[in-house]
Amino acid sequence: MQKMIDEIKEKCAALIKNGEASRVIGWEKGELPYDRTPAVFDGEKAVGRLLYDAFCGANISKYLIAASKTGGKVIALLKPCDTYSLNQLLTENRVDRSGVYALGVGCSGMVDVEKIRDKGIKGIKDIEEIDGKLSIKTLYGDRTCDKSEVLLEKCLSCKGEKFAVSDDSVALLEGETAPSPSDRFSAVSRIEKMSPKERFEFWRGELSRCIRCNACRNACPACSCMTCVFDNARSGVSSKASPDAFEENMFHIIRAFHVAGRCTDCGECSRVCPQRIPLHLLNRKFIKDINEFYGEYQAGEQPYQRGPLVDYNVSDRDPGQV
Amino acid sequence: MQVKEDFKPTIVAFCCNWCSYAGADLAGSSRLSYPANVKIIRVPCSCRVNPLFILRAFQRGADGVIICGCHPGDCHYISGNYYTRRRMALLISMLEYLGVEKGRVRVEWVSAAEGAKFASVMESFAKTICDLGENVKLGDLRCKK
Repeated sequence: MQKMIDEIKEKCAALIKNGEASRVIGWEKGELPYDRTPAVFDGEKAVGRLLYDAFCGANISKYLIAASKTGGKVIALLKPCDTYSLNQLLTENRVDRSGVYALGVGCSGMVDVEKIRDKGIKGIKDIEEIDGKLSIKTLYGDRTCDKSEVLLEKCLSCKGEKFAVSDDSVALLEGETAPSPSDRFSAVSRIEKMSPKERFEFWRGELSRCIRCNACRNACPACSCMTCVFDNARSGVSSKASPDAFEENMFHIIRAFHVAGRCTDCGECSRVCPQRIPLHLLNRKFIKDINEFYGEYQAGEQPYQRGPLVDYNVSDRDPGQV
Repeated sequence: MQVKEDFKPTIVAFCCNWCSYAGADLAGSSRLSYPANVKIIRVPCSCRVNPLFILRAFQRGADGVIICGCHPGDCHYISGNYYTRRRMALLISMLEYLGVEKGRVRVEWVSAAEGAKFASVMESFAKTICDLGENVKLGDLRCKK
């Protein structure tokens, strides 16, 4: 991993030195030992703080909306799945391509620390990745676990090692590969097979935990409106937690609807949710339906492709038909 | 779900100004009867119907929502109802996924000349909703004690 970081730093420093770019957006050490915070590194010297390891799950493409328009080029470190988000933002003219130098960085899957805690490993002081194994120092002694068992939800349906858009890339080290994807719609199909009552109970249980922190919206690269409908006081929808539990349900339904056909399934919504609500299951339902009704579509795969909800076919099926 | 004997569903019908609203008008002037608990809301085009409107209608006590528009190909704005068709197909599927019974939202194409169709569509939709019973799931929980 250190070899990769060195290569990334080298490339960034060279680009800044020859004047092609002025800043880097990447990850740095956060407050906790396994915390990696997205950060802007201004200048060649600051690049030294840059970090890249198995905890850099954050998709930083959304920061490019603002960062690409501040003059000069910004180097964005993007994992393969993040490049889909950038492509989608470019399609929607939200990011100025001339202000971005997309540096793809290979990824062999990112770790979900919550999943480590689920295994009963508490009091984590430090985590280190060695050849697909995580050696974890805790308050109660050293533990190990397989990295493949604690991958982020989005890595379980990995889009592969290909960059949808990039100016240059840093490949994975020899011997490392992207996680092999499993069927991403299996959970959706399982919910579909329940009875309406069970489905309602399931979603009530999940969505009623929502505290309306709006983290899902703020992290979502597809949620890029200048003023969100939920921030518009005149729109009549509540922007904060409401005593009416249906407002929370509605927030998630409407949010999923607003990104339908534009969601690249990057999984940021579920990753940032402090209540661990499986929000990606709402988006994946829309993706599954779009694939079934209007043909396979992957948002962000190609630049400037026409989304299924801003397009139509004269022979489309009527709503409600199965 | 238990159906109250005197259950009169509240039905919201979003009708497009150019076809379905005129169709409703024709049903009225032809003296055709349709259920009185259908509340018609006139919209410029069926694609004006935001999914939020439908959820809001349910929250405020509607038992069923029906969206009526021009027949595909006949939209006054050329392509509005094609977009409605895609959006509503996804919304209906999503509501079902969330555990709302299928049939509470329906999309029908009614032209300005189809007064009789408007009456029969409303008749059949009201019957479907009567059979499904009261929609308590999406209501405002503060009022349902």
